[in-house]
Amino acid sequence: MLLDKDRIFTNLYGQHDPFLKGARSRGDWDNTVAILSRGRDAIIQEMKDSGLRGRGGAGFPTGLKWSFMPKQSDRPCYLVVNGDESEPGTCKDRDILRHDPHKLIEGCLVAGFAMGATAAYIYVRGEFYNEIMAVQHAIDEAYEAGLIGKNACGSGYDYDVFLHRGAGAYICGEETALIESLEGKKGMPRMKPPFPAGVGLYGCPSTVNNVESIAVAPTILRRGAAWFTSLGRPNNAGQKLFCISGHVNKPCNVEEELGIPLRELIERYAGGVRGGWDNLLAIIPGGASVPLLPKSICDEVLMDFDSLRAVRSGLGTAAVIVMDKSTDIIKAIARLSKFYMHESCGQCTPCREGTGWMWRVMTRMVEGRATSDEIDTLEAVTRQIEGHTICALGDAAAWPIQGLIRHFRPVMEERIAAYRKKPMPMAAE
Amino acid sequence: MAATNGPAFEQPASFAFDADSEAEITKIVARYPVGKQASAVIPALYIVQKQMKRDTGSAWVPLKGMDAVGARLGMPPIRVYEVATFYFMFNMKPIGKYHLQVCTTTPCWLRGSDAVTEACQHATGIRNFGDTSADGLFTMTEVECLGACVNAPILQVDDDFYEDMDTEKVNALLAALRRGERPAPGSMTGRQTSAPDGGATTLNTLQFAPEG
Repeated sequence: MLLDKDRIFTNLYGQHDPFLKGARSRGDWDNTVAILSRGRDAIIQEMKDSGLRGRGGAGFPTGLKWSFMPKQSDRPCYLVVNGDESEPGTCKDRDILRHDPHKLIEGCLVAGFAMGATAAYIYVRGEFYNEIMAVQHAIDEAYEAGLIGKNACGSGYDYDVFLHRGAGAYICGEETALIESLEGKKGMPRMKPPFPAGVGLYGCPSTVNNVESIAVAPTILRRGAAWFTSLGRPNNAGQKLFCISGHVNKPCNVEEELGIPLRELIERYAGGVRGGWDNLLAIIPGGASVPLLPKSICDEVLMDFDSLRAVRSGLGTAAVIVMDKSTDIIKAIARLSKFYMHESCGQCTPCREGTGWMWRVMTRMVEGRATSDEIDTLEAVTRQIEGHTICALGDAAAWPIQGLIRHFRPVMEERIAAYRKKPMPMAAE
Repeated sequence: MAATNGPAFEQPASFAFDADSEAEITKIVARYPVGKQASAVIPALYIVQKQMKRDTGSAWVPLKGMDAVGARLGMPPIRVYEVATFYFMFNMKPIGKYHLQVCTTTPCWLRGSDAVTEACQHATGIRNFGDTSADGLFTMTEVECLGACVNAPILQVDDDFYEDMDTEKVNALLAALRRGERPAPGSMTGRQTSAPDGGATTLNTLQFAPEG
């Protein structure tokens, strides 16, 4: 269990002043120049040693990602911070943006310095208007105090931080779509390679990191990689913000160690499942894109990248969506299908056509107006979409349905049987 | 988001940025490298929408507004139309004074977003998502996950999130809006942001240096 003294987000709920004075009292911007004076390579090595894996969903090692940036570049380099937080169930970056914006801005400086960037662009989803106001205020304060801008923190390094507001497109959370959007275009993902570290924003070397990944960097660099790896589990180091939503008694965000048992997370912090643990039906453990888990797996599973992968799901954004036995599980997943249909950018045919097709079939599955071999067809179609698109939205749309069929096929069959037993509606109806 | 349904509406014959808008655009364009001012297209469209709200009481982006953005940023009009119609937050037709945006994605649905929708319908007379009430006060839109799921269900009014909603709280909020009041956004149960109901169970042992 994570102790308060090891928490990074000490103003998670906004009980204290989120701005410069308050942030300084919590240790932010404390001798940042000393971190920078260690040099680029030392910072990147410390981040690699910490084992931090990207907090935006994919879990790619953050230090390694930074090291892909060119050592020398005749073009400007950019850090792009992904604050497009739109994965259903996820609301952790929101708390960082509104309650701890200086952790993010200081992180932008140290990360940007380590990768040789001249500026950071923080891309925040358009709906987070009030959060954007908070971050902009914090940026203004940081410029005013000489923490960023020319000769940032007295380091001799010039570094800008800019805020960019999105406008309501889930797809812009995909890193290359985000770059397109930042360039003033529709948010349509690019083919990779080339990867952003070679050709990114404005064709220049760029690294896209999640808000949480960047915001934890200064604390890791201050307290050291050894401290960070002492938390969590091997290959799943550190702490993480968890969002616990759905059918729990007290939904909340909380910071905990990776590897905490799912059941303990829910019972200790979120007041337990509504009606008790035995009333649990299923949990989506990492945001809408990862396959759900039935109660039998939830009983034992640990909340980290590798443990969840081993049960054919994923940690994703660590957004835990809890569903009790009152839930129409087919409808819950069908609503996610509608989400992906709405958010498909339309660029790749399997996703553009497939998300709509899956939603229409799922709508019939909710009623039971289908045949049982259509479940097989549906499963087969998800396999045709998965892996056949430029970005992972196609996969994300396929996986929830695959999880449903894997664990709740009997429920779908029952629904179909029940529909068949109903008297045929009269023509007049 | 093309305006294919609903009552006909008129596109204004012209649009020009006013002094406030022009000042804002200048500030925003400066954030991007020289020659990359197209990056400012989304912020500029917000500025159009906001100016329309100031001028007409309805926050939307008319055709002439998109043209003004294109001219200001040196973009062909079609590039601006593409962006304006791709992103969900630009209203391509006039909306009511208050924009009620109901999140109905699974985490909100599990916590009762159907009741929020019904309460909005009942209180405004609006039947379908996308419609505006007869008195022109409210437009109700179905939105996808707003990213505040531990405070579900969410009703977003214009730029503000009203959280932990239920039928009664929707009724109270809409009644207040009708009276011209603007209740403070956030959790309507009075809990501290995303902390569990009843108060934070973590972070209570920390002491910070004085903030003064």
